[in-house]
Amino acid sequence: MSRLREDQQAQSLVAELTRNSYGKLLAVLAAPTRDIAAAEDALADAFERALSRWPDDGIPANPEGWLLTVARNRLRDLWKSSGYRMTESLDESDYASTSLDNDISAIPDRRLELMLVCAHPAIAPNIRTPLMLQSVLGVEAAAIATAFAVEPAAMAQRLVRAKKRIRDAGIPFVLPERDDLARRLPAVLEAVYGAYAIDWQLTPQGAPIESLSAEALHLALVLAELLPDDPEVLGLAALICLSEARRPARRTADGAFVPLDEQDPGRWDPALIARGEALLRRAHDRRTPGRFQYEAAIQSAHCARITQGTVDTDALRKLHRALLRVAPSLGAAVASAAIDGEIDGPEAGLRALDAIDDPAVDRFQPAIATRAHLLAEAGRPEEAAEAFRRAIELTADPCVAEYLFWRLR
Amino acid sequence: MRYCLLMHYQEGPDVGLTEEDMAPAMAAFQQYADDLSAAGVLIGTEVLESVVATTTVTAHTGTPEIQDGPFADTKEKLGGIFVIDVDNLDEALKWARRNPATGWGWIEIRPVARTYAADRGWYVP
Repeated sequence: MSRLREDQQAQSLVAELTRNSYGKLLAVLAAPTRDIAAAEDALADAFERALSRWPDDGIPANPEGWLLTVARNRLRDLWKSSGYRMTESLDESDYASTSLDNDISAIPDRRLELMLVCAHPAIAPNIRTPLMLQSVLGVEAAAIATAFAVEPAAMAQRLVRAKKRIRDAGIPFVLPERDDLARRLPAVLEAVYGAYAIDWQLTPQGAPIESLSAEALHLALVLAELLPDDPEVLGLAALICLSEARRPARRTADGAFVPLDEQDPGRWDPALIARGEALLRRAHDRRTPGRFQYEAAIQSAHCARITQGTVDTDALRKLHRALLRVAPSLGAAVASAAIDGEIDGPEAGLRALDAIDDPAVDRFQPAIATRAHLLAEAGRPEEAAEAFRRAIELTADPCVAEYLFWRLR
Repeated sequence: MRYCLLMHYQEGPDVGLTEEDMAPAMAAFQQYADDLSAAGVLIGTEVLESVVATTTVTAHTGTPEIQDGPFADTKEKLGGIFVIDVDNLDEALKWARRNPATGWGWIEIRPVARTYAADRGWYVP
C-alpha cells in the first residue's frame, strides 16, 4: 500500500472515531476527576498521535482502546506533574499505566452521566447545550459560537468556566436513582432540544449551523440509545428525525425559502422519516404522552403528505391543542392559531392570535408573520402589508425575509 | 469533598419573630445536626450571633479601620455554617435541601479549597 493511501486510511478512521467515539472516550476519561478540560486535551493529543502513528505502525486492532490508553497515559503524566491538584484518590485499576496491546474491548458507556453533568441544575441553562455539543460530540467551540451568535472568544470563555465549575464544585459523573433521574432528565432533553431549536431561530445558511442541526439529531439518537424505554427521549429523537427529514426541501436550489405547505415531499428524506416514525411508534407504545411526543406527532402529521397527499388538519389541531396543554409556549400558541385559521378561516385565526395573552407576542416574528398571512387571506391587504413589513424587520434569516418580501409584493 | 453550607436569612427580630416563635426551628436544627452527625458527614457547625453584635476590621486602604456591623449590609445575613464531608455536589445538595433554614432563607453550598491543621499545615481536605 502506498504511504498516501495509508495516510488517507488513518485520516478517515480518525474522522470516523471522532464522530462516533469522542463522547464515549471523553466521558470515561473525565469521570474520575470531573476534569473535562484535561480529558479534552488528553484526547486531542491521542487523536493527533493516532494521525501520526497509524500510517507507519498500522491501524491497531482496537482503535478506540488505543486512543483511550494513550489519553489515559497522558492524563497520568499530568497528574504526576507537580502542579495538578488532586482532591481524591484515584482508582488504580482505572488509571494504571496500560500497555498499548492490552485489549480494552469493553469501554463503559458513560455518555449519559456526561450529559447529566452538562445539564446539571448547578450549571447555567444557557451553557448546557454548548457544553453538551462540545463534550459529547466534540464540536469545536468556534462552530458553537457561530450557531449561538456569540463571539468565539466569549463562547470559549463560557465553556472554560463551566468546565472549571464542574470540576471545582464537585458535580459528579453518576447515574442518579430512578426518581432523581426522572427529575433531571427534562433538563437533558431541553439541552438537546436547544441544539435543534437554535437551528430554527437562526439562518441555516453557514456550514457550522447546517451541521449543528445534524449534531442535535446525533445527540438525540445517542440519548435514545442510552434510554431506549423513555417515551419522551424517543419522542425528542423522533421529532428531530422528522424535522430534519424535510431539510432538503426547505430551500430551492438557489437557496430561496420554501414554506412547509409548498414543499415538494419528493425532496424529503424517506429514510429519516421512517426512522422518526419508528421512534414515535416505540414512544407511543409506552402510553405516557408528553411534550416532545406531541411535537413529534405534529411533525409526523405533516410528513403524512408524502403517503396520503394531504395533511389531516383536524388531527393536527388536536395535537396542537394537546401540546399547548402539556407545554404552553408562545410558539405553540401561534402554531395553534395558524391551524385555526386554516380550518375555520382567516378571521378565526386572527381571533385566536388576538387571544394570545403574552406581552412578547408583539415582538415574536412567527406571530407577526402568521398575522400577515391571515390578513392577506382575509382580504385586508393594507393591514397585511403593514404586518409583512414588521415581520421582515424581525426576521434574522435573509431568505425568509426575501420570501416575506415576495409575499408583500 | 468538603463543603460549607452557608446559611443566609433575615434575622428573627428583623421579621418580628420572638424566641418562642423560633422554638420549632431550634428543634428542627437539633434533628438536622443529629442526622448529619449520625451519617458521619458533619465536620462542624457554628450558628452566628446576630449582626447587632458583629464588628468588622479592614486595612485595605492602608490604615486599619474598625466598623460596627457586618461587611455587607444586606437584608439577608450570613447566619451560620455547617461544614460537611461528602462525595460530591449531589450529596451536598441533598443535605442542603434538608437544612431547616431553606424554609426561610438561602443555603449557599461552597466547596472548601484548603483547610489547616497544626500537625499538617494547610492541606486540601
